[in-house]
Amino acid sequence: MNHLELLRLAFPEVHVAVAALVVLALGLSKTRSTALCSFIAASGLFLAIVSLLRLPPEATLYGGMLVITPLTSLFKIICLTLAIFTVIMAHSDSSSRRHHGEYLAMILLATIGLMLLIGSEELLMIFIGLELTGLSLYVLAGFDKTDPRSAEAGLKYFLFGSTASAFTLFGLSFIYGMAGSTSLAEIGQKLTTGPVQPLLAAGLVMTLIGFAFKIAAAPFHLWAPDAYQGSPIPSSAFIASGSKVASFVVLGKIVLLGLGPIQGSAAWHGLIAGWAPILAALAALSIVLGNLVALAQTNVRRLLAYSAVAHAGYTLLGLVAGGRAGFSATLFYTTTYAFTLLGAFGVVALVRRETGGDDFVHFVGLRARSPLLAGCMATFMLSLAGLPPLAGFFGKFYLFSAALRADETHGLLWLVVLALFGSLISLYYYLIVSKLVLVDESETAIPVANISWLQRLTLLALAIVVVVLGVLPSALVSRIVASLQ
Amino acid sequence: MIAWALYLTFAGAVVLLFLPRVLARWVALMATGTGFVISVLAFLKSVDTATFMTIVRIPWVPALGMEYHLAVDGISLTLALVTGLTAFCAVLFSWDVQHRPNEFFFWLLLVVGGSYGVFLSADLFLLFVFYELVIVPKYFLIAIWGSTNKEYGAMKLTLYSFAGGALVFIGILAAYASAGSLDLQQLAQFQFPPQLQAWAFPVLFLGFAILAGVWPLHTWAPTGHVAAPTAGSMLLAGIVMKLGAYGALRVAMNLFPQGFEMWRDWIAMLAVIGIVYAAAVALRQRDLKFVIGYSSVSHMGFVLLGLATANSLGASGAVLQMFSHGVIGALLFAIAGRMVYARTHTRDLDALSAMNLSRTMPFAAFAFVVASAASMGIPGFSGFAAEITILIGAWKAYPNAVWITGLGMVLVAAFTLRALKKSFFDEPPRNVSAPHDSLLGRTEPVAQIPITFPEKLGAGLLIFATLAAGLYPKFLFDRITPAVEAMRFLQP
Repeated sequence: MNHLELLRLAFPEVHVAVAALVVLALGLSKTRSTALCSFIAASGLFLAIVSLLRLPPEATLYGGMLVITPLTSLFKIICLTLAIFTVIMAHSDSSSRRHHGEYLAMILLATIGLMLLIGSEELLMIFIGLELTGLSLYVLAGFDKTDPRSAEAGLKYFLFGSTASAFTLFGLSFIYGMAGSTSLAEIGQKLTTGPVQPLLAAGLVMTLIGFAFKIAAAPFHLWAPDAYQGSPIPSSAFIASGSKVASFVVLGKIVLLGLGPIQGSAAWHGLIAGWAPILAALAALSIVLGNLVALAQTNVRRLLAYSAVAHAGYTLLGLVAGGRAGFSATLFYTTTYAFTLLGAFGVVALVRRETGGDDFVHFVGLRARSPLLAGCMATFMLSLAGLPPLAGFFGKFYLFSAALRADETHGLLWLVVLALFGSLISLYYYLIVSKLVLVDESETAIPVANISWLQRLTLLALAIVVVVLGVLPSALVSRIVASLQ
Repeated sequence: MIAWALYLTFAGAVVLLFLPRVLARWVALMATGTGFVISVLAFLKSVDTATFMTIVRIPWVPALGMEYHLAVDGISLTLALVTGLTAFCAVLFSWDVQHRPNEFFFWLLLVVGGSYGVFLSADLFLLFVFYELVIVPKYFLIAIWGSTNKEYGAMKLTLYSFAGGALVFIGILAAYASAGSLDLQQLAQFQFPPQLQAWAFPVLFLGFAILAGVWPLHTWAPTGHVAAPTAGSMLLAGIVMKLGAYGALRVAMNLFPQGFEMWRDWIAMLAVIGIVYAAAVALRQRDLKFVIGYSSVSHMGFVLLGLATANSLGASGAVLQMFSHGVIGALLFAIAGRMVYARTHTRDLDALSAMNLSRTMPFAAFAFVVASAASMGIPGFSGFAAEITILIGAWKAYPNAVWITGLGMVLVAAFTLRALKKSFFDEPPRNVSAPHDSLLGRTEPVAQIPITFPEKLGAGLLIFATLAAGLYPKFLFDRITPAVEAMRFLQP
C-alpha cells in the first residue's frame, strides 16, 4: 500500500479538488470571467466522472477509509452529475455574480465531501466527509451578502448543523467505545443481536439525530424552510439534492452494514428496540408534519422545503424495511427525488430572475410566458406527487412494496398507510402549483426574456430524466440492485 | 392488434404537442378514429373470449417481477369497444374547442389511452400505472376548459380518484407481498390466505368502487360531471367510471373470491341504496347536467348490484350495463353540454322550459328523447337489456333488493321524464309579461347556430350503438358471458 495507490484510487476526488483550486485562483484574478470559471468547474466534475469509470470495480484502502465498490462509484457519479447541474444553474444566478469563483469552489469542495461520505466505510472518515460538506454548504447558504435572508439562512443552517455534528460525533464515539473499532465492517461483526445495551442505545440515538438533521427529517427539520427559501437558489438546490443523496447512502451503510445486528423491528405489534423503530418514528413524524405544514405555504421554495421533510420520511421507509430490497428502494427514491428537486429549483430560479420573487403569485400564468418552463414545472411537481408515468410514482411503489414485503406479517403496513395518506395530502399542494403554472391566466402576459439555450437544455434534460426513470425505471434499478450484490 | 389502439392514442397525444393548433382536432380525430376502428375489428374478430389471452409480454422491471403484459378476453374487448366509441364521439363533440386546442386534445387522448391501458393490462403494476395515469388529465381538462365551479369540481374529483388509488395501492401491495407476483393470470390462480382476503378485498374493492361512483363516496361524480367540458363529461361518464367497475371485477373480485363472498352482501346493499338515493336526488335537481350526473351514479349502482350477485347472469349484465351506460351517459352529456348549453348558455331547467327547445332544435330534441328512453330502460335499448339481466341475476341472490330496485327504476323514469319535459317540451307560459318574453322566449338567438355535422354524426353513432346493443344483446353477451364464467368468484 503506497501513496501512489491512494492517488490512483482517489483520482476522481483529486480532479475535483484541482478544479476547485483553479476556479478559486481564477476568481481572485482581475478578469473574473464567470463563463471560464463555470466551464472549468463543470469540466473538472465531468473529468471526475470519466476517471471514476476507469477505476477498478473493487478496492479497499486503510481498513475502509476509502472504499471502491460498484455502489460507491454509481453514487459518486450521481452526485457529480447533480453538481454539474448545480454549476450550470449557478452560472445564470445573479446572487453569486460578484464572487463567482469562490462560489463554484465551495460547490466543488462540498462535492468532494459528498464523494468522501459515499466512498468511506469508516466512522472517522465519514465524519470528516460530513464536516467538509457541511462547512461548504453553510458558506453556500449565506453567500448572498446583499440579502439578509441569505445571511439568516446561513446562520440557521450553521447553528443547527454544528449542533447536529456534535451529536453525531458524540454518538459515534459511543459506538466506537462499544465496538472497539471505527470500521463499519468490524463494528458489524463485534455487535451481537439481542437487547441493546444502554450505552450503545445512547450512541445510536445521537448518531441518528445527526443524520436526521442532514436529511431534514422532523423534528430536526427546523433549519430547512429558511435555508431553502433564503439561500441563493443553486445553494438550496444543492443542499436539497446532492447532500441528501449522499446522506442517505451513508446512513444506509451505517445502519445496515455497521449496526445491522441491532436493527430491531418497527412492526405494529412487534416493536423491538433498535434503529428501525427510531427511523420509523422519524419517518412517520416527517410525513405527517411535512405534508400538513406544506399545505399552508404560499411560497414555492418554502413549500418545497416542507415537502422535502415529507419526502425524507418516505425515503426512510426503505431503511426501516431494511435489507437489500429496502436499501435499493431508498437509493432509487432519493436519486429520482434529487433530480426532480434540482429541476424544480431550476424553474424557480428562472422565474425569480424574471419576476423578482418566488411566491405563488409570481408563478401565475407561467404557461403563457414560457410553455417550456410551465411544462417542466408541472412535470416535476407531478413526479413529486407520485403520479405516473413519472419517476416519483415508481419510486413510491418500490419503497412501499419493499416496506410491505419486509416481513411475512406485513408489520409495516401502518407506516405504508400513513405514507399513502401523506401522498394524498401532498397531491393537493402539488396540484395547486401545477394549476398556477398551467391553468391560471395572468393579467400581465410578459414573455420570459432570454432563457438561454443552456438553461432550456438543462431543464429539458432534467424533465426527460424524470420521465425516463418513470417509464423505464429498470435503467437505474437494475444498476442499484447489481451494485448491492 | 388491439394494442395498437393504445399506442396510436399515446402517439397522437405526443404528436399533438408539436403541431400547430389548426391540426389539433384532426390529429385527435385520427387517433381516436383509428382506435375505434381497431377496437371494433378486434371485437368482431375475437374467437376465444373466455381466456385472458396474452398479446404482448415484455420484461419491464425484472428486479421486481414487473412486465409489460397486455391481454384480452371478452370483458376487456367490450370495454375497449365502448372506450373507442366514446372517445371518437367525444372528439366529434369538441370540434369547436378554440381555447388551447392542442393541450385540450393532449389531455383528452391521455385519458383515452390510459383507459385502454387499464382494460388491456394483464400485469397488476401496469394496470395501476394506467389507472393513475388517468387522474391528472381529468384535472386539467376540467380546471381549464370546464364551466360551473370548475376548480372545485376538478380538485374534488382528483382527490377522490387519488384516495381511491391509494386504497387500490394498498390492496395491490398486499396481493404482491403475499403472492410475490404481479401477473394477473398467475394471481387469478393463487390461493390467498382467507385472513388476508378478509381485509384486502374490501380495501381494494372500495378503492376501485370510488371511481365507479359507489354510494356514499359518489359525490365527486355529479360535481365533476357538471364542471367538466362536454368531452370531459362524456369521458367521465362513458369510460372513467367503468375503470373503477372493471378494476373491481378484474382485480378485486377475481383475486380475492373468498373476501368477496364475505363482503358481497354489503356491496349489494350499497348498490341498492345508490340506485334509489341517486335517482331520488336527481328528481330534485334544477341543473340539467346535475340530473344526468346523478343518473350516472344510479346506473352505476346497477353495475355494482350485478357484480354483487356473484352469478353469471348478474355479472354479465353488469358488464353489459358498463357498455350501455358508457354509450347512454356519453350521449346524454353530449346533448346537455354541447347542443343545449353551448347554444343557450344555461342548463337551468326552469330557464330551459321557457325556451321551447323542441321547436328550435328538433334534432337535439329527437336525440334527447332517444337517450332518455334508453336511460329509463325502455325495451329495445341497451339499458333495458342490461338492467333486466342484472335484475334476473339479482332475483336469485337478493330478491328483496330487486323489489327496492324496482322502486328506483320508477324514480329513474320519473326524473328522466321530468328533465325531458322541462328541457325540451315545455310550452312557455302564456301570461308572461312582454319584456320577460323577449328576454327568454323564442326571440333568443338560440337557433342561429344549427346542429353541426360532427354533432349529428356523434349522436347518430351513439344512438346506433345503444339500439344495436338493445335489439341484439346476444352479440355482446356471446363474448362477455364466457369471460365472466371463466372467473372464479362465481357461486356454484
